[in-house]
Amino acid sequence: MYSQGLIGADGSTTETPEFLDTFQKRIDAEQKIEPTDAMPEGYRRTLVRQIGQHAHSEIVGMLPEGNWITRAPSLRRKAALLAKVQDEGGHGLYLYSAAETLGVSREQMTEELHSGKAKYSSIFNYPTLTWADIGIIGWLVDGAAIMNQIPLCRCSFGPYARAMIRVCKEESFHQRQGYEIVMTLAQGTPEQKAMAQDALNRWWWPSIMMFGPHDADSQHSDQSMAWKIKRFTNDELRQKFIDATVPQAEYLDLTIPDPDLKWNEAKQGYDHGPIDWDEFWRVVKGHGPMARDRIKDRKAAWDNGAWVREAALTHAEKRRARKMAAE
Amino acid sequence: MAVFEAILELADDHLVLGHRISEWCGHAPMLEEDLAMPNMALDLIGTARTLYDRAAMLEGKGRSEDDMAYLRGEREYRNCLLVERPNEDFAHTMLRSLYFAAFMRPFWLATLEMTTDETVRGVAGKAEKEMAYHIRHAGEWVIRLGDGTEESARRMRDAVAALHIYTGELFESSPAATEAEAEGVLPVRADMRAAWEDVIGQVFAEALLEAPEVPYPQTGGRKGLHGEGLGHLLAEMQSVYRAHPGATW
Amino acid sequence: MTQATPLWEVFIRPRNGLSHKHVGSIHAADEVMAVQAARDVYTRRGEGTSIWVVRSADIVASDPDQAGENFEPTADKIYRHPTFYEIPEDVGHM
Repeated sequence: MYSQGLIGADGSTTETPEFLDTFQKRIDAEQKIEPTDAMPEGYRRTLVRQIGQHAHSEIVGMLPEGNWITRAPSLRRKAALLAKVQDEGGHGLYLYSAAETLGVSREQMTEELHSGKAKYSSIFNYPTLTWADIGIIGWLVDGAAIMNQIPLCRCSFGPYARAMIRVCKEESFHQRQGYEIVMTLAQGTPEQKAMAQDALNRWWWPSIMMFGPHDADSQHSDQSMAWKIKRFTNDELRQKFIDATVPQAEYLDLTIPDPDLKWNEAKQGYDHGPIDWDEFWRVVKGHGPMARDRIKDRKAAWDNGAWVREAALTHAEKRRARKMAAE
Repeated sequence: MAVFEAILELADDHLVLGHRISEWCGHAPMLEEDLAMPNMALDLIGTARTLYDRAAMLEGKGRSEDDMAYLRGEREYRNCLLVERPNEDFAHTMLRSLYFAAFMRPFWLATLEMTTDETVRGVAGKAEKEMAYHIRHAGEWVIRLGDGTEESARRMRDAVAALHIYTGELFESSPAATEAEAEGVLPVRADMRAAWEDVIGQVFAEALLEAPEVPYPQTGGRKGLHGEGLGHLLAEMQSVYRAHPGATW
Repeated sequence: MTQATPLWEVFIRPRNGLSHKHVGSIHAADEVMAVQAARDVYTRRGEGTSIWVVRSADIVASDPDQAGENFEPTADKIYRHPTFYEIPEDVGHM
């Protein structure tokens, strides 16, 4: 499950034109950059920030879906959801590892998440209110994630690209899991179908916003594209997502809550209505309905686990000492 | 019918413990445990599903695994009291898993030797290995917490004091289980005592823990006499299923 | 308590007959927990039959600044490759 277009990247850099030129030539030749290679400071900073945001999104993303593990309405669904939320945790872990190759520790990144310094995807600041939300999240949010993440498998930074290959492979079941839930509801009782439509109504616009601001308003996007950290623009990905999703909704006989949505023959894609960017920025800046609860939960897990981590380290120290004494 | 009930008891043990462990998902002390605990929960829920399915078949009334899990109330659940105990903290959670797995591993190994029920044999072959890993994972944590910091040692001792009183019930056979044992479907629960004490003894020795005397063991789960927590667990688990009778999910 | 839990690199043998391959990393306080964490994180889909873990801090790596002197001198030693030698086709596969 992906974070949206990078929030607040700063690709500014102070290296010599020759250095930047040599680096750019390597990028243009599709050479991968590895952690110990020389790289512009702006490249490193952008990656740390983007991989960090991506990792945090996976970790915070465990909470809205985790909210329904204990209430999943069949044992089959319960097992699948548990495995999916576990995957999100794994993806966060792979991504933290990728960021760690750049010399920033997981503890440091966790600290930044808890203090509010680091951002995560705005989508997870909305509440999951019914079981249908679990289906819709798998279908839309993971669907949007796939759009975003597949190009990232070709990202110029080796550890990020490798992590994404693993993530994409594992996530292939997530969207199908979600769509199957929504399909079962849409073909179920009238109450179930209404539940699915209600969830679609609430999650559609936040999902569209996941791709980030319009290209014209997306700062520093050009630099990320040039460095091949990013391969498609926000609007390109958003368009791909909408074009793929509309027929899937039609198949379920569910209505996408956008009266302006219509097929544009000339561009061979759908036009959509205006996005509420005020809402987007409000949520990104930490004023989403669940923002406080999400960070509170993450912080509680971390703080309540401190004694466990400390005990493990203390025990490891004792083991080492005993081993040395025995030698 | 007795075999049906005995298998239901086992299924309930696994579902309730799996459910309890799944409550941790997203809230574990470290990310690695956010991956490890769902693995344990999924093992348990997987075993529960196969057992419910088998129980339903033996009952022959056309009930599904979900009818079993979602449409019985707390008086009808037959799990032992240990597995329904709340998570409390990581020390309680790991100890609860250790106690349970240290019983189930020899139980499944014995089942493989004697059972006449092919489905149960299949479950035993798979679950025996899963339980061996649960013993290792939970056991290694119990050792680290028991012989870690002052705080972790205190929490571990508290967990032992709180949970040890529920371990006796593991070795009791209900009338249904006794019949299933006589029919050669399941092994005699009391026979697992030595293997269980062996594992717990080894872990406790390294964890600097002592098994307390239990003058008044707590039992009753097999008769549907549970603690107050199970009702809340089931109310939560069954809420969606029960709100939409007959719906498919 | 701000001490960080150590980082470990994880290597998995996908199946017997293949070598262990680097798959990623995990955090663990000691080697026993590191193997368990590697198992729980990296083998959930039957990815392996054996696990190695090694503390990231214990890995000795070549110096990236010496990459040129380390790896470029081999580029012109083309006689180490079979295609360097010309054998008539009539001789058959060799």
